[in-house]
Amino acid sequence: MSKIPNELRYAKSHEWARKQPDGTVVIGITDHAQGALGDLVFVEVPKAGRKVTAGEACAVVESVKAASDVYAPISGEVIDSNPELANAPETLNQDPYGKGWMFKVKPANPAEMDKLLDAAGYQKVVADAG
Amino acid sequence: MLKKTSLHSRHQALGAKLVDFGGWEMPIHYGSQLEEHHAVRSGCGMFDVAHMSAVDLHGARTREFLRTLVANDVAKLKVPGKALYTCMLNSQGGVIDDLIIYFQREDWFRLVVNAGTTDKDLAWIRPAAAKYGVEVKHRTDLGIVAVQGPDVRAIVGQHIPVPIREQALALKAFQSVHGEPWFVATTGYTGEDGYEFMLPHADLGKLWDALAADGVRPCGLGARDTLRLEAGMNLYGQDMDDTVTPLECGLAWTVAFDPPDRPFTGRATLDATRAAPPRKQLGLVLDGRGVLRSHMKLRFANGATGETTSGSFAPSMKASVALARVQGHADGACEVEIRGQWLPCRVVQPPFVRNGKVLV
Repeated sequence: MSKIPNELRYAKSHEWARKQPDGTVVIGITDHAQGALGDLVFVEVPKAGRKVTAGEACAVVESVKAASDVYAPISGEVIDSNPELANAPETLNQDPYGKGWMFKVKPANPAEMDKLLDAAGYQKVVADAG
Repeated sequence: MLKKTSLHSRHQALGAKLVDFGGWEMPIHYGSQLEEHHAVRSGCGMFDVAHMSAVDLHGARTREFLRTLVANDVAKLKVPGKALYTCMLNSQGGVIDDLIIYFQREDWFRLVVNAGTTDKDLAWIRPAAAKYGVEVKHRTDLGIVAVQGPDVRAIVGQHIPVPIREQALALKAFQSVHGEPWFVATTGYTGEDGYEFMLPHADLGKLWDALAADGVRPCGLGARDTLRLEAGMNLYGQDMDDTVTPLECGLAWTVAFDPPDRPFTGRATLDATRAAPPRKQLGLVLDGRGVLRSHMKLRFANGATGETTSGSFAPSMKASVALARVQGHADGACEVEIRGQWLPCRVVQPPFVRNGKVLV
């Protein structure tokens, strides 16, 4: 069973979003997503300063066998990205909600967070995907 | 409804991730494809390849028949047990399948053919064999397990029955020994030392369990694919098919042009294109970041173009490699298109890795 922390918000496309006390939002991919992809060997994250729109493909994760786009769950400006993933993509397999975070966004519209799924809603997405 | 090998329940018990591979439900990995890959390069791993088919040919004229059926020449098989890798071609020289032929006796040769092509192969072989009075037996009673890696000889010995043990451990590459019901061959698809065991299904399961208890790591088709790609070995249906000749997929070395009067099927096309095949295979290494996949476009400084046929991250190299096919004569710097960007890559002669060592 993959982990789905209660305190996070989720997109149907398997990203998670965590609201920080300062209003910024940290984004990554879920435990279910990393498990489905298998051993990751290449991760490309957006650079600071890039403006992203909710639903836009803005990062890439590649496992040994497949490449997959990562979509911005909310709109905003990228203010930081995880420098560790370039040299240690396996961090994302090992700790998808912690050390494997991908990028940080300053939200354009903080209310967009409320449109994302809660843990129970995402649990249902995963269950339906079989 | 997917077909299952006799080892299927073991894969489930081991928690394998199962996928549809040519109509068979097969393990892609048992947790980590990368760890399984490294196990084979540095120790020992085993693969269920019981979806592949053993086909026995019987009859006094079997050798004569095979000399017309395949592009390599079974006249090279002089000592019983010796194996030969070859392509079976259609009349245009396209590859129907690639296979290994094991010489047993003058009236008995064993073929091992790919899973996805078995029906097509049998439909091609049967009528041709009938003309030589050769009987074709699809040995569905047998399954195959491949045990591969530098430590293989230290491990498999105690699991091989005493009457053939010493002989089996003394085999060099591409040989085999038979002692009913055991068929033991030093063939494989990884670029490492290794054995393939062909056994009745009940015995195959027992061998799998004994090897697992002895620490041999079960490996899935994912690791099998990265291992064979690093070893520069083609995958049928991806790097070659009925529309590609052996000269266009890096397998010219498997074509026996001598003697010039041996009339194997597909020969006319190969003779006519031998000096300058319309397309050629080459190997690629991406030294920068990113991963090569199949069907990526290539361009060369001299204007030649091509496409990758197999590509992956190569775990032993910590870089990405591919097999590719180019039209005509390619020369100068090569670039590959990855998600809209043209990135420089290095053209090399496969194999990329052999016996644990990176060669390119």
